Amino acid sequence: MEISFAFQHLVNFLMLGLIYSIVAVGFSLYFGVVDVVQFAHGDVVALGGYAGLAGILLAVAAGATGVGPVLGMIVLAVLATGAVGALIGRYLVMPLRQASPINVLLITLMTGTAIREALRLFVPGGSNPSPFPMVLPDQLMTFGGVSMRVSSLVIMAAGVLAIFGTHFLLSRTRLGLAVRGVAQDEETARFMGINFKQVVILTFVLGSCLGALAGVMSGLYYRQVMFNMGLMLGVIGFCAAVVGGLGSLMGAVVGGFLFSGLQILATVALPIPSAYKDVFAFAMMICIIAVRPTGLLRERFEERV
Amino acid sequence: MNHQLSARKVGKADWRLPAPQPLASRASRSDRRAGAFFMVAVAGVLVLACILALESELALAGTLVAAGGLWWWGLRAGIIAEAGAFSDRRPWAARLVVAGAATVLLIAFHGEHYALLMISTVLLFAAACAGINIQTGLTGLANFAGAAFFACGGYTLAVLAKSTALPHFLAILAGGVVAAAIGAVLLLPVLRTRGYYSALVTIAFGILCSSFLQVNEQLGGAQGLQVPPLTILGWDMGSGFEVAGREVSFYFAYGLLALAVFLLSSLVAHAIEWSAIGVNLDATRSDELVGSTFGINPQRWKITAFLLGNFLIGIAGAVYAGLTNFVSPAGATFEQSLLLISIVILGGIGNSWGSLIAAVLVILLPEKLHSLQEYRVLIFSVFVVAVLLFRPKGLVPRRMRDFSVMEKRP
Repeated sequence: MEISFAFQHLVNFLMLGLIYSIVAVGFSLYFGVVDVVQFAHGDVVALGGYAGLAGILLAVAAGATGVGPVLGMIVLAVLATGAVGALIGRYLVMPLRQASPINVLLITLMTGTAIREALRLFVPGGSNPSPFPMVLPDQLMTFGGVSMRVSSLVIMAAGVLAIFGTHFLLSRTRLGLAVRGVAQDEETARFMGINFKQVVILTFVLGSCLGALAGVMSGLYYRQVMFNMGLMLGVIGFCAAVVGGLGSLMGAVVGGFLFSGLQILATVALPIPSAYKDVFAFAMMICIIAVRPTGLLRERFEERV
Repeated sequence: MNHQLSARKVGKADWRLPAPQPLASRASRSDRRAGAFFMVAVAGVLVLACILALESELALAGTLVAAGGLWWWGLRAGIIAEAGAFSDRRPWAARLVVAGAATVLLIAFHGEHYALLMISTVLLFAAACAGINIQTGLTGLANFAGAAFFACGGYTLAVLAKSTALPHFLAILAGGVVAAAIGAVLLLPVLRTRGYYSALVTIAFGILCSSFLQVNEQLGGAQGLQVPPLTILGWDMGSGFEVAGREVSFYFAYGLLALAVFLLSSLVAHAIEWSAIGVNLDATRSDELVGSTFGINPQRWKITAFLLGNFLIGIAGAVYAGLTNFVSPAGATFEQSLLLISIVILGGIGNSWGSLIAAVLVILLPEKLHSLQEYRVLIFSVFVVAVLLFRPKGLVPRRMRDFSVMEKRP
């Protein structure tokens, strides 16, 4: 009993940590490349969840079975969020690179609000949570007193794979080299023949696709999607990316797991009502920022006059 | 980056002193400015009265189009600029004109609860935005937790009014003090961080605050707290009264209180902007490093601006709680904070008149356009995105401070 509970919390911690990390990696990617925080990312995640749901329903309606719905889910989610991400990157963030952080935050927050409201208004039954069908194998595996669903294992594997894939893409491929070049010094990168605009848009597509994955993972794990799930996910992801250190992939992952760890800790170990878990987690994040103002893994502030 | 201090283009002949002008022309220019401000105020009252009184959406749309046309014409004819110059030079007189205009509006709608409630709401939100303007507009500290501080003021008033016999006037002040004190907890992280990192601190705090209010049983949980009718300076604001045989809504007194709060907040904001403090705050925002080489202590001015701004927000929040008779976590959400900061940016960052106009657009219009009620947030967010993309300084951009031509008061 005791050990199965502990294991349940462990699974929860890993799952939430992965979802937060993937969202945070998106924030970090954008910030690394254009030095801009794209706050509509959380709502792009929600959009990914809904597009995945639509993909499943379409595939099922077309009579697909087995991996068909999974494929439909992935394809539609990636297409929808990739397109939205490219549009946001090209028409909102690129023109605003020199604007003050407040303006950029506000414009992307408002874009997120628009996406959220559009989901609420234009998806049938959008103001209530929509059930998310389980398309993965869902047997309960039991070994040594602890049990876990196969679907959870698959979701986690996909998440880990995505993070390592992003890392591989950034560190081992020509595109990754271009992205890192732009992140380091935009002008020099242009001199070296890197197509700046293309790299930025590709980064936004990549980040948004990661967002779609997070949305689908969250939908599969909670068995539902909700129009406003992106707000909280976005804030948590941003928080994780900032605490880890904006612009650093590892930092985003560390921040994501830190946040889910704090939430689980508040639920399990602290003598406060579990309703306060978000209060506790956010308060701790503020404390960490107070102690390390540039995040845990990044110290890149130099004054340029 | 907008460098208010240095952005003025230095023309070829700019270094010369302006030629001394004959007194008569100076006086007539001043008259023209006063006239322009008066005209803008009268036009504003007429438009507001139309918006409040008209029920049909066609007529409302017509009013809006007419108001937009008037605004465009005023911009083209330089009337808006003259009015702005008047309010810069004669802040007290300008506030008196606005106070008179608002009082006329309140008297015109003396019997209608709803219209008075809307006027008071607009005034209080504009007052809170004056506080955010000091933080965000002048000092460059992004405050994405405005609604949380607004609610802090309201909750303070609710608790004090329920469980103590403190005069309500003092309880409202206490609302401001508590909001500032809670903001003081955030000072350390806010001072140590900058840019997006600093924005995160207020965003996280706003969410923390609203989740806390949501689950805290002592503060009423999701239901919130009731606020008893206020008694300010011996006047019972909970009941209407009769003047010369006509019913006057009890909201009338709240309207006057809200007007007073707005005027005081905007006066404070103006006084700050036009004093040496304002120059220091601008320097802090424009370039901390350069400012500090000129002997300005950025930390000190950030603290001043953050605490003062939260104080003003808290006071507006306390009066708003009294106006609506209750406070709840729904008023402290992140969306509400976004609404507040959107008002500031839409109106023109750093300009308290702009906040008033934007508050009318953002708060009053959606209430009146019922057929768009469902889509209000969507339209609002798209509108803000458009303004930020195409007119990033807002509808009424902040005017350049020009100390050299300040007129001597008689």
